[in-house]
Order: sequence, then C-alpha cells, then structure tokens
Amino acid sequence: MTEKNEFWRWEESRWKNPDLDWENAEVITLGVDVGSVSSQAVILCDGELFAYSNMRTGYDSSESALNAASWALEGTGLTLDDIHFKVGTGYGRVNVTFADRNITEIACHARGGNLMYGPTVRTILDMGGQDCKVIRCDERGKVVSFLMNDKCAAGTGRGIEVFTDLLGVPIGEVGQRSLRVEMEPEPVSSTCVVFAKSEAIGLLHAGWSTEKVLAAYCLATANRVVSLLERVGMVKDFAITGGIAKNVGVVSRIEKILGVSALEPKYDTQIAGAMGAALFAKALAEKKAKTG
Amino acid sequence: MIAHYGYKDGSGDFFISIDTDKCTQCSDKPCLEACPEKIIELFTDDYDDEVVGIKASERNKIKYTCLTCKSTFGAGHAACIEACLLEAIEHSW
Ligand code: SF4
Ligand code: SF4
Repeated sequence: MTEKNEFWRWEESRWKNPDLDWENAEVITLGVDVGSVSSQAVILCDGELFAYSNMRTGYDSSESALNAASWALEGTGLTLDDIHFKVGTGYGRVNVTFADRNITEIACHARGGNLMYGPTVRTILDMGGQDCKVIRCDERGKVVSFLMNDKCAAGTGRGIEVFTDLLGVPIGEVGQRSLRVEMEPEPVSSTCVVFAKSEAIGLLHAGWSTEKVLAAYCLATANRVVSLLERVGMVKDFAITGGIAKNVGVVSRIEKILGVSALEPKYDTQIAGAMGAALFAKALAEKKAKTG
Repeated sequence: MIAHYGYKDGSGDFFISIDTDKCTQCSDKPCLEACPEKIIELFTDDYDDEVVGIKASERNKIKYTCLTCKSTFGAGHAACIEACLLEAIEHSW
C-alpha cells in the first residue's frame, strides 16, 4: 500500500523475455541509462529485447547503474562478464563505470525510439525525471535535430511528483483523475514548479477540486512541452517516451493540442534510452569483432 | 543535425541553434576563437563527427552570458553568427 508520504512513488519494474534463450545468441549487449530520477538497464540478444529493469536512481549514480544492471541480469543466468559490449547513457552516464563506452541520451533515445515505435517515428518527445527532450530522427533512428530543456522541473517527472505530494494523489492516478473534469480549466500560469505549487494551493483554497487542479497542471505541462516541440518542428509519426508518457492526462492533452495521436509503445516507455544504448552496444560489438 | 542549445523559461526562449552538418565541412571553425565568452567548444559527437556546441555548464545561462556580445553586435547579430561563414548558427532571441 502507498505510504502516506510517498504518493510520488512510481512502480519499479523488470521483465525477461520468456521466448529467448541467451545461450543461442551471438551478440549480447547491455545499455544502462542513469537519469536523475530513474535508472534502466536493457539486455539485448542479437538486437532483440531479452530483459530489462527500471528502478529509482539512488544517491550514488555508480551504484544505481550497477543495481539496474544487476536487477536486469537477475535470474537470467547471465553475468556482466557474459556481455559483449556495454554502453552507458543518461545524465549519469560517466558513472556507469563498467561501460565500454558512453553515448548521449539524445542519440540513445532516437535509436531506442526507432526500435520501440518502429522506423516511421520521426519525432520523439522524452519527458524525463528532470528534463524534457525533443528529438527528430530519420528512419534509422539517427538524430536529425534535437532540443533539451533541463532548466527547471516544470513539465518533468519531478514536477509531477511535487504535485502528487501536494494533492495526496498516487502518481499512477494523476492522469486519469485529471480527466475527470466536465470542462477543461485554465492551465496553471506559472512555468516554474515552485510558483505552480503555490498557485495550486491558492486554487484549492479557492474551492477547486483536486481533479480540477490536476487538470490545470497537466494542461500547463502539455502546453509547455508543445511549445518546445514547435521550436524543433513536429513531424509525424510522433511518439512519447519517459515516465510522463504513462500519464494519460498529459499525453491526451498534448495529442489534442497538436492534433495528432502518439504511437502506442511496445515496451515500458522509460526504457527507450537504455534500449538505444544497448543497440549502439550491438553495433559497436560487431565493429569490434570485425576490426579485432 | 540541428542542435538547439539553451532553454525556455518564464522570460522567454533562449536557444542557440547549430547546424552541425556544416561544422563537419568547416576546417577552421572560426566561431571557437570569435566567442568572447569562450562558451563554444569543439567535440566529437555520437556519430564520430567533429562539431561544435555550447558547453554544458553554460547552456542554462546564455541569456546572461551572451548579453554583452549580442548587444555589441546589435539585433540579430553576435560574434559567433558573424564568424560562421557557412551560416550554421542561429539565435532564437
Ligand atoms: S564556424 Fe560555423 S560551421 Fe564552422 S564550426 Fe563554427 S558553427 Fe560550425
Ligand atoms: S552570442 Fe557571443 S557570447 Fe554568446 S555564444 Fe555567440 S559569440 Fe559567444
């Protein structure tokens, strides 16, 4: 059960592909994405998803990287030594001490998004824990254009967490409850999460329901990221990755403003970066094998 | 690749956009020398191309760091824009 003071706590997860046997694989690769809020590890066997983990980043990024990798490996019979190539990505990528190479989260999200959503995806909006990225890519998942905004928490996972605690709504319910309003309210006007929080307190005091405040915040978040999308230029197909991709209240509002539907994800939307890292690792492992 | 470095906040949009495909054809990279604040750096990107970008530590303060340079050169101009003969650099403000 959710603790009273932990409404922000999202569900950590792991998965293993029951149809794949790593012992039949020629190239086994690992991608680890260490973000400011969450860390993921993805293991690929010959480019196919074999296992992944998605967990909260702790105080120590190196330890978080290792924990994420260990959790993905757990119960598979594989160890880190069996992996042919490892790539670290994300904000804490330099702390993935066991990685053979580090690659930026921009390039990894484009590559991972290409596998998760298919080669038709051209614009990826990644709404992460503490930043928001807009990435345009080609049919091979190569970056064509990008923008990253990490100046403030508004429009990010951390911003939503602040609201879950303020309103006492578990994070998994924020999106659905924000849609339970008869009419869409005005968005909260503040772009800064600290001011938005004070504004929300004022609205609650003025008699707004929790749902209406959530609607106003989700709408403000959607407006904010749409303006970033417009700077880069939105080209279809469109996909959303990151934790906020699971928030139907934000996603449906982005879709409504843009007039497009986001592609349905095949996997957990939080693993796109780690998946891209594992794909880069596969290409690098093959290159290494060729060049010796 | 078009790389947009900068941020959006309550006071506006502050982005320096660099078409890094042009940087790969630019041997002298004069923008590096031209920047009076030395916030442009040379690096090898994820696709192994040698390009320039705004230093990570500077991206969230360009509104202030670039202020003197931009006001010296006048509206729509700056040392980096003038130095880049391939017109790879654009500013949003
Ligand atoms: S001068 Fe222009 S083309 Fe040359 S490196 Fe600088 S931004 Fe790129
Ligand atoms: S505007 Fe001036 S200070 Fe800013 S990056 Fe360009 S040359 Fe440097």
